Amino acid sequence: MMVFFWVMVILISLSMLAFIYRLIVGPSIPDRVVALDSLGVALICMIGLFSILVDTSFFLEIILLLAILAFIGTVAFSKFLEKGEIIQRDNDHS
Amino acid sequence: MTTIIANILIVSTIVFGVIFILVTAIGLIRLPDVYSRTHAASKSATLGVMFILLGVFLHFWLIEGHINTRILLGIVFLFITGPVGGHVIGRSAYLTGVKLWDKSVKDELAPVVAERKKQHEQNKT
Repeated sequence: MMVFFWVMVILISLSMLAFIYRLIVGPSIPDRVVALDSLGVALICMIGLFSILVDTSFFLEIILLLAILAFIGTVAFSKFLEKGEIIQRDNDHS
Repeated sequence: MTTIIANILIVSTIVFGVIFILVTAIGLIRLPDVYSRTHAASKSATLGVMFILLGVFLHFWLIEGHINTRILLGIVFLFITGPVGGHVIGRSAYLTGVKLWDKSVKDELAPVVAERKKQHEQNKT
């Protein structure tokens, strides 16, 4: 059973290498953002498998935390690309 | 007997999820432009991570014997936010002018964006 989980960890780290290749090569900025987003998703899978491997359930809060952080990062970066700023100023009072 | 069935369930869900993560990696390397890469990343990565987390949840439930609700919350959160993140980054890629693949045959958003831009110019003057 342990060998099986190690093989799964190795396969996920191979796919993380593919994401890092796209992060370095990617011709435009949205390519890199997509690669970073899926890198966060692969990191979530790694944390789940490692919490099985070291046989503790204390790592499982990090899964939810990483999911929220990856989503906020993606949305903030795409808003920056689209509008040039992340938090817009008020237009009411001049 | 029950542990054998539990192990079969855990192994099959985790193998399914890892296959989907590998498909995501192959898609991110091989596909030609940003939009098809976003298509690969948002859908198959979301399904893969959902299946792996389901396997982890089954492991902690059936082997260790406690139900961990934070993993279920994580599965629901990833199911909601994965496609939303893909949509948002694809939209910003289109609006910042990243070119489509040169063999793509249809661009239905281009006249809409041109019309909006013309209206914006008229409002400004």
